[in-house]
Amino acid sequence: MGAIITLSILGIFLLYLGLYRAKNALLPVTIVGALVALGFILFQWNEEAVPLYHGMVLFDRYALAFSALCMLATILILLLSKEYFRTISDNIAEYYCLIVFSLMGALLVTAYHNFAMLFVGIEIMSVALYILVGIRKNDPSSNEAALKYFLMGAFSTGFLLFGITLMYGAAGTFDLGELRNYVMTTNEISPLFYGGILLLLCGLCFKIGAAPFHFWTPDVYDGAPILITAFMSTVVKVAAFVGFFRLFSMVLVPLSEFWTPVLLTVTIITLFVGNITALVQTSFKRMMAYSSISHAGYMLFAIVSIGAASAPSILMYASAYCLASIIAFATLIAVKRKTGSEHFESFNGLAKREPLLAFILTIAMLSLAGIPLTAGFIGKFLMFNNVMGNYNVMLLVIAAVNAAVAIYYYLHVVVNMYFRDSEEPLEQQIPLTNAYKVVLGIAAVLTIAFGVYPDVILKLL
Amino acid sequence: MDNLFILLLIPVVAACLLCVVKEPTRARWIALLTSLLTLAFSIPFLIGFVPDASMQFEQSWMWIETLRLQFHIGLDGISLPLVLLTNGLIPLIVLSSFGKRYSGVFYALVSFMQAGLLLVFLARDAFSFYVGWELALIPIYFICALWGEGDRIRVNLKFFVYTFLGSIFMLVALIYLYHQGVVKSLEWESLVSLNLSEDAQRWVFWAFFLAFAIKIPIFPFHTWQPDTYTQAPAGGTMLLAGIMLKMGVYGLLRWLLPIAPFAVLSYSHIILILCVIGIVYASIIAFKQQDAKRLVAYSSIAHVGLIAAGVFSWQVEGIQGAVLQMVNHGLSVVGIFFIIDLLQERTATRSLSAWGGFAKPMPRLATVFLIILMGAIGLPLTNGFIGEFLLLKGLFDYGVWYATFGGLTLILGAVYMLRFYQKTMLGHLQPDAKPMIDIKGHELLVLSIITFFTIFLGVWPKAILGLSEAAVVNLLNQIKF
Repeated sequence: MGAIITLSILGIFLLYLGLYRAKNALLPVTIVGALVALGFILFQWNEEAVPLYHGMVLFDRYALAFSALCMLATILILLLSKEYFRTISDNIAEYYCLIVFSLMGALLVTAYHNFAMLFVGIEIMSVALYILVGIRKNDPSSNEAALKYFLMGAFSTGFLLFGITLMYGAAGTFDLGELRNYVMTTNEISPLFYGGILLLLCGLCFKIGAAPFHFWTPDVYDGAPILITAFMSTVVKVAAFVGFFRLFSMVLVPLSEFWTPVLLTVTIITLFVGNITALVQTSFKRMMAYSSISHAGYMLFAIVSIGAASAPSILMYASAYCLASIIAFATLIAVKRKTGSEHFESFNGLAKREPLLAFILTIAMLSLAGIPLTAGFIGKFLMFNNVMGNYNVMLLVIAAVNAAVAIYYYLHVVVNMYFRDSEEPLEQQIPLTNAYKVVLGIAAVLTIAFGVYPDVILKLL
Repeated sequence: MDNLFILLLIPVVAACLLCVVKEPTRARWIALLTSLLTLAFSIPFLIGFVPDASMQFEQSWMWIETLRLQFHIGLDGISLPLVLLTNGLIPLIVLSSFGKRYSGVFYALVSFMQAGLLLVFLARDAFSFYVGWELALIPIYFICALWGEGDRIRVNLKFFVYTFLGSIFMLVALIYLYHQGVVKSLEWESLVSLNLSEDAQRWVFWAFFLAFAIKIPIFPFHTWQPDTYTQAPAGGTMLLAGIMLKMGVYGLLRWLLPIAPFAVLSYSHIILILCVIGIVYASIIAFKQQDAKRLVAYSSIAHVGLIAAGVFSWQVEGIQGAVLQMVNHGLSVVGIFFIIDLLQERTATRSLSAWGGFAKPMPRLATVFLIILMGAIGLPLTNGFIGEFLLLKGLFDYGVWYATFGGLTLILGAVYMLRFYQKTMLGHLQPDAKPMIDIKGHELLVLSIITFFTIFLGVWPKAILGLSEAAVVNLLNQIKF
């Protein structure tokens, strides 16, 4: 709970800093605040978890682990932000403040124990993001993205609320513990409840960008500033997914016969839509958007075949995915600053100009593709393993075909970096600040470390 | 000294070291020294190896405790020849590149690939095996695409996606097997003692077979191979043909045969027919080639087709022949690709029509080329003879017709290889030919070593067969029906 209070105070404090034009203090204060919040989470690790505030939130290990992941990802993204925000807007304080608020919403979503908190968390997280996506006021694509995201987001929240209401109508409670009791003990579960499940499922699929509710994802990811895209596709996506998983694992497991076919269909469509559309993209950023859809599909495996091993495998997969995405977007920012374009062609010849940067991006791509000794491989292995545990061989074969398709577009950028020459002269190096080097280094080392010794993550949960 | 983990570690450390070396001369010397060091470290295994069926020098650590996956390596009679082949060929491949100016990254990738290959040949846990299997693919992709020629980007992307598709199905099968045991594990011993139902074996067979058949490659999964071999740099082609395709055959022996014996037996007719088609088809295409490298690429399909057929013949002779012929093929194909590379450097072409008459200005090359070529064809007293004889004996015991058509490889091989020799070495020099310098220095050294082993293994094949015999007999005996 300390973490959430810290972040709320931090957000307001940042606004005051902006008011008094203390621009240079913004980043250090945000980072320190986030680290303090992270400290609160780590200290809570060994404490016994009880639902707080009349069962509103429950910081169990599961919530703590994912909160820590979200905060680490945010800190890495914030480290990248120093020059980035200055180049696109004057009001930097709002950025930091909104990101911090959004992060706080994400924490609530990972730890909710009551539907009211789920709703509040998702709204805090999303409302901050609606503004962040559209923060480049003069850029039409940014505006379009913000409007699209807002309309779609509001729409999906509507679904979510409908679902919650129907479930409340059937069970008479918002509390996850009592809902579980209702599901376990009632012989005749009201049809309203089933309707509620379906609507909730739609709403949550919107949030994680699973097909066929994914249509907003590419445009919003494409139109938003790159760092915000990085934040959305890592922290927000993971948090929404964790909320999804929490509901299903805590409450809806006994009804799995009802929702598994639905979710299975969603998963398969998501895999194919994400992978096949990503194949034909010419923009790296858009490719990452579609790839994030397909990764949502892989993560859904853990829910489709829900069990004891699901939580650790989601943590592994989400960590691998966050690290690789942060590397990818950080590199994209650096490259775009140099070439002004987000297309694959702008990566041409990067290996000759910046061998280390190219190497790190290659690690990230291999991790996303699931090549051994990277964290992504372990994540994929665990997800496949979960599905096989459920004897769902067909789904596994579909996943395998998709993994093979995915390698094609992940290698695309590697091909551009290593095997194609750029038209610009070789001396044109990309200036990287120390913060970039630190972030890229940490993310690359962690990707390899989790891949070589995954027990670090797997033993947590 | 006989620590397998150290053997795996040296190439990895060497790769990290070589990454930072920019200067070509220094890079290649460091690469040569480290690869010789690896070779030196593999000698204690040869000396200390007891030629029986047991698994020796085993080392095992818990890798992922939550999943009970081990890092388990060991050596037996089937893997030892391949480990020796890998560690013996890598120094030769490094040495053969001394005429070029590669930076340290090239050699780093070679070393890294060596580590992956060794892990494949040593792994006793399917998880470790899969990791090695994929790790060997990444460096060779970069070697071929960075230093290749022609349409290298498209060709190598096809190669990568193709092989990755195969291996991901193998991963699916491995995960399936992981869930079959009472105690979940991917240890070789527990996978072999699973007693899978016949249906389960059938589909496990196809999943594994796809991965191995693409790697070997067995007809009709070979379409990536000629292009990739042709467009790759000489060193890359040697790695691909000399060592990498042995991963596939080794996989058949180590994993597929013991895990899915029923399926192997019931499908062996189909597979053998595919192998034989591949042999004849590739030989005929090889005969029509004008590009020397492409010719050898197709000949390689024919040769490994016979090796795979030997494995599926389910006879001691066939499998023994396969083990021996893997080593032989590695030697001869590295030699021949090196000779093609030498000639290409001197004449700036690979077209057979532009070659001819090289025997006169290059007598030393003509001699070693002839011996290596005879080894590839399978002339008595060269290594290829013993290998092909054993393979055909195995096939004959399985079915006469397979041996008849498989035996065509000897005749057809002689036809296209002698045509190759004739078009290169005999006849007259082209009127506008540049003056040719005979091989010397590192070129002579590499080819002499290969020539020596071509004859040595032809005269005393027991050097390899003795190592593997007990393990092969045991492999066939322990398969339960």
